[in-house]
Amino acid sequence: MTRLEQRESDAVNVLVQGARLFDPVEGLDVTADLLIQDGKIVQIGDKIAAPIGTRVLKGAGKTLLPGLVDPHVHLRVPGQEYKEDCASGSAAAAAGGYTTILSMPNTDPVIDSGATLEAALDRAKEGAVIQVGFVAAISVGRAGESLTEMRDLADRGAAGFTDDGSPVESARLMRRALQYVRPLNLPLALHEEEPSLTHGGHMHEGAVSATLGLGGWPGIAETLMVARDIRLAEQEGARIHLQHISVRTSIEEIARGRERGVRVSSEASPHHLVLTDRAVMSLDSNFKMNPPLASEDDRQALIEGLKTGVIDCIATDHAPHAIHEKEVPFEAAAFGVTGLETALPILLEELVAPDLVPLETIIRAMTEGPCNAFDLERPALRVGATANLALWDLDARWIVGDRPFRSKSANSCFLGDTVRGICLVTIANGRLAHDELEVLA
Amino acid sequence: MSTKRHLMGMNDVDRADIERILETAAGFEDVVERDVKKVPTLRGRTVVNLFYESSTRTSSSFELAAKRLSADVVSVKSSGSSVDKGESLKDTIRTLNAYKPNIIVIRHPHIGAAQLTARWSDAHVVNAGDGKHQHPTQALLDLYTIKKRLGRLDDVKVAIVGDILHSRVARSDIEAFQMMGLDVTLIGPPALIPPGIVEATGVKVSDDPEAMSEADVIYVLRMQHERMEPGQNYLPSLREYARVWGVNARRVRPGQVVMHPGPMNRGVEIAPDVADSGVSLVENQVEAGLVVRMAVLYDLMTRPSIGTVIDIRERTGEWGAA
Repeated sequence: MTRLEQRESDAVNVLVQGARLFDPVEGLDVTADLLIQDGKIVQIGDKIAAPIGTRVLKGAGKTLLPGLVDPHVHLRVPGQEYKEDCASGSAAAAAGGYTTILSMPNTDPVIDSGATLEAALDRAKEGAVIQVGFVAAISVGRAGESLTEMRDLADRGAAGFTDDGSPVESARLMRRALQYVRPLNLPLALHEEEPSLTHGGHMHEGAVSATLGLGGWPGIAETLMVARDIRLAEQEGARIHLQHISVRTSIEEIARGRERGVRVSSEASPHHLVLTDRAVMSLDSNFKMNPPLASEDDRQALIEGLKTGVIDCIATDHAPHAIHEKEVPFEAAAFGVTGLETALPILLEELVAPDLVPLETIIRAMTEGPCNAFDLERPALRVGATANLALWDLDARWIVGDRPFRSKSANSCFLGDTVRGICLVTIANGRLAHDELEVLA
Repeated sequence: MSTKRHLMGMNDVDRADIERILETAAGFEDVVERDVKKVPTLRGRTVVNLFYESSTRTSSSFELAAKRLSADVVSVKSSGSSVDKGESLKDTIRTLNAYKPNIIVIRHPHIGAAQLTARWSDAHVVNAGDGKHQHPTQALLDLYTIKKRLGRLDDVKVAIVGDILHSRVARSDIEAFQMMGLDVTLIGPPALIPPGIVEATGVKVSDDPEAMSEADVIYVLRMQHERMEPGQNYLPSLREYARVWGVNARRVRPGQVVMHPGPMNRGVEIAPDVADSGVSLVENQVEAGLVVRMAVLYDLMTRPSIGTVIDIRERTGEWGAA
């Protein structure tokens, strides 16, 4: 059973008055009151009276959304707390309306043993304001040679397994991992990249890389591994979750796999849904990530894939880096960008407001999708459910960088961009995780 | 933010800028022919040459160009400097900027290093080569050389031959040549032609060495084996490259001229019987390099109209906003 940890605090008593309650999975889109008592949703209706000791939030013009779930976050715990830690990373997530996140094991040391996993979960229990789980490594040291003790890691609460940051290069090791993990029914989360094709690459291969002279990273490098792993998962009957899909041809492979009944879920990041390799013309190292920003055609395919459900999760791949790791020439800069605080706002501005993708699709991919992929309890606006939700002003526009980041790092690829939607209050697992109403008043 | 003008790449200049610089360079020809090869134009100005990569031609020619104009010149090479001790580019630039130089000339193995230099200093910045990206003064001196020899630029057919993928010279030349109305064809083995270059620039591309026969100018690039990692297999061997694409006397037809940015790999991309012959403009290019770089330094200091004000963070705010 996946262990999610959060800092201890009192369960809240809150009445949200007259907000739009929007939870497409529950078929809910009404303007009503919602009452939380002792951290649980106890009533949804009109003109609910606030019991004594209940904080009242005026919801007029605001929208209450289910808490978002991010299956792909780098909290940098253990060992790289100069970039991020459980407190700062979870506060960033809460400010982005998230109530559950899963952190990756490409840490120092790698989360590849029961002891490291428990230590990381203990850090979350001390510092996280929302629910934090950890995905453990597939291979010891993420070295791609020998399997981790997956049974032990599963017993201690690993949410799944991944060598994220690197692909599982060996087809044999991938096959063995699929065989071993199948009875555990946990997903393998896969970073798909054929390394012999991406070696020396700093950006997507195409007209922009040709112009700049930056080493190109061909889109096919992702697709070859996607195709291999879908076939292997099919043969071994195991579940796979494909991380940060970025090119059209990969989506085509996933769609074919789904048609054959392969158990494959997949994610796209907000930056791949919004930006293309054109952004790299600026040589701004905040546009350097793995996989790299791809072509406009690839971006259109991702949007289409999100709408058809081939892409069923939106995941930030929140990858904080310290200033000195990014304030260097593009080729010397670290791969990765932050994303938790801007995910829904950039998607609202770039995809929902121009009517390219319905809000319902976005919310499903940020709640239902990741919860199905990792068997997590889905945050829901439903009587009886634990309160995992956030109150948003979906129309407020702001400029990224103008408001302080909660993350320790500021390597956002949306700095200076206008986005839409401010998360005012987040309640995670019945606990107050983010509260901006006071500041605004 | 820097508000100075810079020469980072060919997209910093337009046709009129290029024509003016070439004209100024021609005017400097008689300075370098005199007994006393010096004019007082940049007296009291400081030029810093910061070279993170080895260089013979470019570093000596920038140094001499600045001295011919009477500037004070400081040349810093990465080996033997604090770069060896792990100093970051930012700290090196900030340190040199404390001397209040008027111009920083930088060569660096990483793309965009010149842009960062402009961000972190108060000087005019000249890009003397950043990784595989741009080398704008090379393109300007190539134009100068072609114009001087052929008497025109318009409709001159240039075949750029060889390792386009790793070549900043090719990237600057393609832009400069197209801007000035030359007709450019890239010729080389497929793996050394960057995917997307046709879409990006509209040049013609051929893997057939015979396509060189159409050109007025055969521009031979250096095979940059130091940038080719083992296992990449861009080519089976240098011998095979030389046999198929190497430029030798049999390949050059009457009326054609041959250029090369140097340093040459004799017997690989260019045969000695061409390099040492009258069709080779290699030494003319070196001579042109001096007057063209004088013109660039002069233009930046006295007519600050070339280049665009650059701030790569314009769109995205300041670093480390928090």
